[in-house]
Amino acid sequence: MLRIECPCCGPRDHDEFRYGGDASVTRPAHDDPDPEAWYAYVYVRKNPAGLHREFWQHVIGCRQWLVVERDTRNHVISSVAFARTSQA
Amino acid sequence: MARYSAFSIFRNALSGQKSWQRAWRAAEPKPSYDVIVIGGGGHGLATAFYLAENHGIRNVAVIEKGYVGGGNVGRNTTVIRSNYLLDGNTQFYEFSMKLWEGMSRALNFNVMFSQRGQLVTAHSADQLDGFSHRANIMRLNGIDADILDREEVRRLVPYLDFSDTARFPIHGAIFQGRAGTARHDAVAWGYARAADGHGVDIIQNCEVTGFVRDGERIVGVETTKGRIGAGKVGLAVAGHTSILGAKAGLELPIESHVLQAFVTEPLKPLVDHVVAYGADHFYVSQSDKGGLVFGGNLDGYNSYAQRGNLGVVREVAEAAIALMPCISRIRLLRHWGGVMDMTPDASPIICPTAIDGLYLNGGWCYGGFKATPASGWCFAHTIATGKPHPLIAAYGLDRFRTGRTLDEAGVGPSAWLQ
Repeated sequence: MLRIECPCCGPRDHDEFRYGGDASVTRPAHDDPDPEAWYAYVYVRKNPAGLHREFWQHVIGCRQWLVVERDTRNHVISSVAFARTSQA
Repeated sequence: MARYSAFSIFRNALSGQKSWQRAWRAAEPKPSYDVIVIGGGGHGLATAFYLAENHGIRNVAVIEKGYVGGGNVGRNTTVIRSNYLLDGNTQFYEFSMKLWEGMSRALNFNVMFSQRGQLVTAHSADQLDGFSHRANIMRLNGIDADILDREEVRRLVPYLDFSDTARFPIHGAIFQGRAGTARHDAVAWGYARAADGHGVDIIQNCEVTGFVRDGERIVGVETTKGRIGAGKVGLAVAGHTSILGAKAGLELPIESHVLQAFVTEPLKPLVDHVVAYGADHFYVSQSDKGGLVFGGNLDGYNSYAQRGNLGVVREVAEAAIALMPCISRIRLLRHWGGVMDMTPDASPIICPTAIDGLYLNGGWCYGGFKATPASGWCFAHTIATGKPHPLIAAYGLDRFRTGRTLDEAGVGPSAWLQ
């Protein structure tokens, strides 16, 4: 079980959260006509073996979306921040 | 390569079983090969075997970071079936099933293929309608499929929960009699031995650290045992596809996730088939040693750790007991994890890539084992001819750009929801 230090609620088990995947993807502007940008946004993922910036939503808690930095090889979490104030 | 037979066992008995040869040579890398296959798992070894067997390309090396059989080919739950719904998948997996049926003979190695039948329970009339749709498509493609009603399911698998208190009462099931299991290590060993018999070098404990380029073209690999030249390079590295793809400059629609599998203490014969639970993610078969082998959902977040979390153990156990209350007191003997390369549409990627000389075989999600022979067959064809085999025409990487995804899981581009 991962323990995620929610900045609002404190340390909680990860099964209180919903996973949201790679936080490095950025949504193109709504009127962006470039299909390559939309392809990358919808499908392409970094998927590193190492530090991974990823979204989690604290659904059984404050319901805030968070950006968690976690090592995908050993699950060590190095930082947690609110997604709305976090740099992409 | 000495052939295995009843006679060879008898002959070796006369010399105290001391004159058996190694199943395959411990090869050291040559300066270059016509084809290098990265990844000594089931798919990579099968590819090397069919390159030699079907295409006469014998100057081939398989390069494996660890040891043969140490990755997902030795970590899966050994289920083999061809009950796929979507055009492209249906035909490919049935071709694979036909190769399984002849595999022990073709490899001269007993892979213990057991066509014990697989059923998936249905828990509502609507779900059974969906299964009928699937069964009809299978039959139209010449694949065996049966729809069973509740009483037929009860006769076949009486140990499931048919009580009035079952949380999800069983309405019926879809059944494929030719489905079953195989001994997964034997598949890796059998392909390794047969490929070695054709002259393929199997190089273990050798990690690929980069690619050698001549202009845009890939002409070799850098490894922990030095630089090895190659006419063509095939990638069959399952959960590490993104890592090696990135070294070659490919950005891929893949996420790596951990899937756990479990085995219980040995029991007397109980589960005669492969049984899958239609109301949750749980499937079970019984090994020849008697242990119940089962699996369930992904852990649900990107991971390269070959171990899982306890929350999923609990969820899988809950599903197991909801379907089979009789195993609630059975103890787990072991559980383990494998790293799955999950694609957005739950279908694999086998194709030439935009990089000259590099061929990709990955994205098997958690369905790669049953595909092993067909994957090797079609990937070998693709590498040998430079063009995709007709059976894998739908598995190109460009399908995500063109919108022709094969969304067998039906959850959209969120790999962790499959």
